[in-house]
Amino acid sequence: MIELADQLFVVLKREILALLPVAIQPLASVFLSIGPIITVFATLFAVTTILERKGLGRLQNRFGPNRVGPFGVLQPLADGIKALIKEDVVPLRTDRVLHFIAPVIIMAAALLAYSVLPFGRNMIALDLDTGVLFFFAVGASTELAIFMAGWSCRNKYAMLGAMRAIAQMISYEIPLILSTVGVLMTAGTLSTVGIVEAQGGFTGLFPNWHVFTPWGFAGFVLFLIAATAEANRSPFDLPEGESELVAGYFTEYSGFKFAMFFFGEYLGLFAAHALAITLFLGGWHAPVAFLDWVPSYLWFFVKLLGLIVLSIWVRGTMPRLRSDQLMVFAWKFMLPMALVNLLAAGLWRFTGAGPLGWLICGSLVAIAYVWLGSHMALGKPMPKRQYRFAE
Amino acid sequence: MNFDLAILSLIIAAGSIGAILFRDLVHSVLSLAVTFFGLAGVYLRLGAEFIAFSQVIVYVGAVAILALFVVILTRKGERAAESRFSADRLLPLAVCSMLFVGLAAAAWSSSIKSRPELASATASMRQLGRELMSSYVVPLEVLGLLLTACMIGATILALNDDRESNPDEDKPHSSH
Amino acid sequence: MLPYLLISSLLFSSGLAAALLRRNAVMVLIGIELMLNAANLNFIVFWKYGPGPATLSPILFVLFSIAIAAAEAGVGLALILAIHRHRQTTNVDEMDSLRG
Repeated sequence: MIELADQLFVVLKREILALLPVAIQPLASVFLSIGPIITVFATLFAVTTILERKGLGRLQNRFGPNRVGPFGVLQPLADGIKALIKEDVVPLRTDRVLHFIAPVIIMAAALLAYSVLPFGRNMIALDLDTGVLFFFAVGASTELAIFMAGWSCRNKYAMLGAMRAIAQMISYEIPLILSTVGVLMTAGTLSTVGIVEAQGGFTGLFPNWHVFTPWGFAGFVLFLIAATAEANRSPFDLPEGESELVAGYFTEYSGFKFAMFFFGEYLGLFAAHALAITLFLGGWHAPVAFLDWVPSYLWFFVKLLGLIVLSIWVRGTMPRLRSDQLMVFAWKFMLPMALVNLLAAGLWRFTGAGPLGWLICGSLVAIAYVWLGSHMALGKPMPKRQYRFAE
Repeated sequence: MNFDLAILSLIIAAGSIGAILFRDLVHSVLSLAVTFFGLAGVYLRLGAEFIAFSQVIVYVGAVAILALFVVILTRKGERAAESRFSADRLLPLAVCSMLFVGLAAAAWSSSIKSRPELASATASMRQLGRELMSSYVVPLEVLGLLLTACMIGATILALNDDRESNPDEDKPHSSH
Repeated sequence: MLPYLLISSLLFSSGLAAALLRRNAVMVLIGIELMLNAANLNFIVFWKYGPGPATLSPILFVLFSIAIAAAEAGVGLALILAIHRHRQTTNVDEMDSLRG
């Protein structure tokens, strides 16, 4: 009974496939894999928009949207209808082809990234031998689409926003990839299914997740920060900040194309969080041994919701980073930290998982963090505030 | 020739011809990126997954983006009057066409063109990692040194060194 | 194997045409990248279909080739930026101050 609940979707897909004629079974198998993924994540996107707006509202001591349904829960529906019926204004001298395909490529790249993520036991769309590499390859395609979006409008501010966004994305791509190499070394495989399976089992009270090791914890934090920067999300959302550059690289987009960009950005964020869960938080494994009977996909979505709430919290709390601060943070703090993390992950293999390992690897990571962080204090102390008229 | 290989070759051919022929440089770099995607598809079809994804990460994600940045930074406004081709275009065009015809004819008339695929040509990541760390560790380290040297060199070349024009600034500006 | 060899010869010839025919320095680098990609494709095709036992050396060769091409593109593009800053041109026909 527990296994049936756990493998519900796998069994459903197998039964439906058995009912179809043999000739269209491969094609139908593909659609049966990707249909639920798109449906579930589109619903998650709708839920996240309302959760975010109300959450941000509460963090800023105001209500969020509360007109549309009871407590505003039908707000995504209103947003969707608005995006669909808004007039699609395209400026006169834009490059039509590039302007059209940029949101398409962002959506396609964001959706492709979901094919290598294991949502539950035996529930993965594409079990590649090099799954994690596929994920990063798809992320690299997003940058090209952002460039196309900024370039096609022939608008200086859009172009400037696009260049800043791409510079930010390529700077944070290196700490993103380096922070996962420790996990790949320990799990010994690039396949996401293999990495999740390497995190099964419990030692005492704690599960064998990678986040419960010193290098894993540092890697997890680095990965989350780099993923937030890759998705151009606050506190790294200078390229799309409303008060800075109108709307950055999607200034000239309106209506449904803007909604596509928005959707693509959130989908990219969910995919990055899902990869963080797969690599560091044990994928679909339960955190405590006696809750093993809960289906694996439910654990995955609980963890995903937790990370989404964390990212909304960070968005409401921290101020936006300026462009040069962002670059300095990436190149002078995160990159050396990721390299030290890699060294610590390598040492962990020799010292084992006991107190000696925690001592050596943990102190290595902590010393690097403190030393690199002290260089981030950015020189001059803040001067005492001078009031012109209130003395 | 299968359907998917036909589509991929069409994408690659269109991308590479477009890269030569587009008047606007940004369009030609973008069609180069399309060519890289098509090539990654061909590598996947040939079973070299690691190379396919590395191609996308390195070529599309780094080289094409870098070329786009340089194209934008070295633009001279709207200059539609100049020709995009060099003054002497007949001899290079003839040489390139003869090269293509020669290579295609050599491939067509060879005896190896209809060999079957090798069943033992599989590359798992584990084998690649092991080979890289045992037989090919010297090229790997040399590559690391080379990439470091190229990174430092490129940064210095592109550095905006305004020390001659602003003698009272004692801190060099950072690069683009 | 024939379609793959035709693709790689087309890529190599278009790369050569881009490097020889276009006036902009960035286009010359694009041509060089196309030629390198054609060579990489040839390596992988002969690994898959080739005469020899299927070792992993072609794949590693292509990996190193991709990395070196990226490094060379980086340095070449930085050079083009530096030349543009001094000469305000990217036209290779005008960069002839070393001509005898």
